[in-house]
Amino acid sequence: MDNNIRIEVKDVNFYYGKKSALQNVSMDIKKNKITAIIGPSGCGKSTLIRLFNRMNELIPNTKMEGTINLDGENIYSSKIDVVEVRRQIGMVFQKPNPFPKSIFENVAYGLRVNGIKDKKYIREKVEKSLKNAAIWEEVKNRLFDNALGLSGGQQQRLCIARALAVEPEVLLMDEPCSALDPTSTRKIEELVLDLKKKYTIVIVTHNMQQAARIADYTAFFMMGDLIEYDITDKIFTKPSKKVTEDYITGRFG
Amino acid sequence: MRKKIGQRIGFSFLFLFLLITLLSLGTIIYFIVAKGAGAISWQFLTQSPKDAMTSGGVAPAIIGTFYLILGSIAFSFPLGLACAIYLCEYSPKGYIINIIRISINNLAGVPSVVFGLFGLAVFVKFFGFGVSILSGALTLGIMVLPQIISASQEALLAVPQSYREASFALGATPWKTIKKAVIPPALPGILTGVILSVGRVAGETAPIIFTAATLYKRGYPNSIFEEVMALPYHIYGLMTEGTHPAQQKEIAYGCAFILLVLVLSISFLAIIIRQRQRRKNG
Ligand SMILES: Nc1ncnc2c1ncn2[C@@H]1O[C@H](COP(=O)(O)OP(=O)(O)O)[C@@H](O)[C@H]1O
Ligand SMILES: [Mg+2]
Repeated sequence: MDNNIRIEVKDVNFYYGKKSALQNVSMDIKKNKITAIIGPSGCGKSTLIRLFNRMNELIPNTKMEGTINLDGENIYSSKIDVVEVRRQIGMVFQKPNPFPKSIFENVAYGLRVNGIKDKKYIREKVEKSLKNAAIWEEVKNRLFDNALGLSGGQQQRLCIARALAVEPEVLLMDEPCSALDPTSTRKIEELVLDLKKKYTIVIVTHNMQQAARIADYTAFFMMGDLIEYDITDKIFTKPSKKVTEDYITGRFG
Repeated sequence: MRKKIGQRIGFSFLFLFLLITLLSLGTIIYFIVAKGAGAISWQFLTQSPKDAMTSGGVAPAIIGTFYLILGSIAFSFPLGLACAIYLCEYSPKGYIINIIRISINNLAGVPSVVFGLFGLAVFVKFFGFGVSILSGALTLGIMVLPQIISASQEALLAVPQSYREASFALGATPWKTIKKAVIPPALPGILTGVILSVGRVAGETAPIIFTAATLYKRGYPNSIFEEVMALPYHIYGLMTEGTHPAQQKEIAYGCAFILLVLVLSISFLAIIIRQRQRRKNG
């Protein structure tokens, strides 16, 4: 096994009821790199990354085929504890979704539900996570205010802090900037680039400039098929498929 | 032009109906306050009835109603919430669950006297609890169970799916997710349902006639296996039995006034809880 591979997707099909959303997808996601998933709306980007932390099984009437390995182990094997998988793989959603609790409690949530009771540890971890998510300076004097009082960009960074607090190995981000203004978007992009040192990041984005700016690898999907997957530079300068070129040059989608 | 006049007439009618509703509500409240408030005194609230229910107070009935409320809610709140959680969060969505859901909603429309008969057959006779606080509280509890389940279900369904996803994505188990991410934001809605049920429990007469209530009892109950006096039944008794209708009527209006204040303050409490939580949830 290649030591630089964190997630290995093999022959994956996915269905919502009878409707197929992914066909025969195989790809390797490299450790400590940023991998961008791009493609037109409805092509299966969210479906794919939600398979990495087994979120799709919360939706009734869905079916998954194939294997997905995390560090060489099939996370869909019956021996695997889904709760453990989700703890190892953090997720940031398209729309910031902090709990209607204090800023502090939002970040502490993952620690508490994983059975951590040590108050001092929780306090330190919350501070560290907020610092790692580049939001500490903005909230340090109002940790016990309701998180819903923050701006959209702050809420999203809080959600990143919340995900980081449980020390995942992989961070999945589903269009994390789509609801944000350019300033907040820039902050989050800087943050993602910084987080790459410690985490493997998979980011879905609608914004091709964003993929070009931050991703090491880029995968282009269309209608549930993986069309092309390569080093970002290559995808954006010399794509090997015509459809990829059409998409990145904005001829459709 | 014609359309505008039509609209104006339409709205005038709507306003008229609103006025009629408010007026009748106001009249009821005025009537009960005018006839009942005079009966209220410290002695009325703290003493037992005297002289064949023609004087003295109604304290045992107040206490009895209080016990029945406490008992029925202690039973129906946890049970109703558990049912709602199962129906919303755990159960596979499907045909059978839908039937259960519809049945529960229909149960809410069953007349209260039917619950009274059910309580008589099951709790008083079959389980042998006799005519007692326990039988009455269980009967009332079952009566409001559908209401509590529906209110809790609605509150749980109103919690955004994104809270559940966020919680699962952080490695929370389904149970922890329900406990820490779903129930807290749903709580005001759930409590509103419970509080409105308290109002019903306080006021219903039919379910306790055969199961818990007595017209007169010396002193206060010592255990849940004793029968009790209760405000609604006391009113009923004062108006239908006894030998001094005039004095009894006065006391009955006093009881009605107490019930009214009780139920209105409970509804008011429900509104306050909801408002506060709404502010908290932004
Ligand atoms: N919960 C769902 N139920 C049924 N179909 C869905 C559901 N979620 C997504 N789909 C369908 O699956 C396809 C892929 O969706 P998605 O992964 O959300 O695309 P993307 O994130 O690329 O916009 C779309 O055709 C979409 O309509
Ligand atoms: Mg999507």
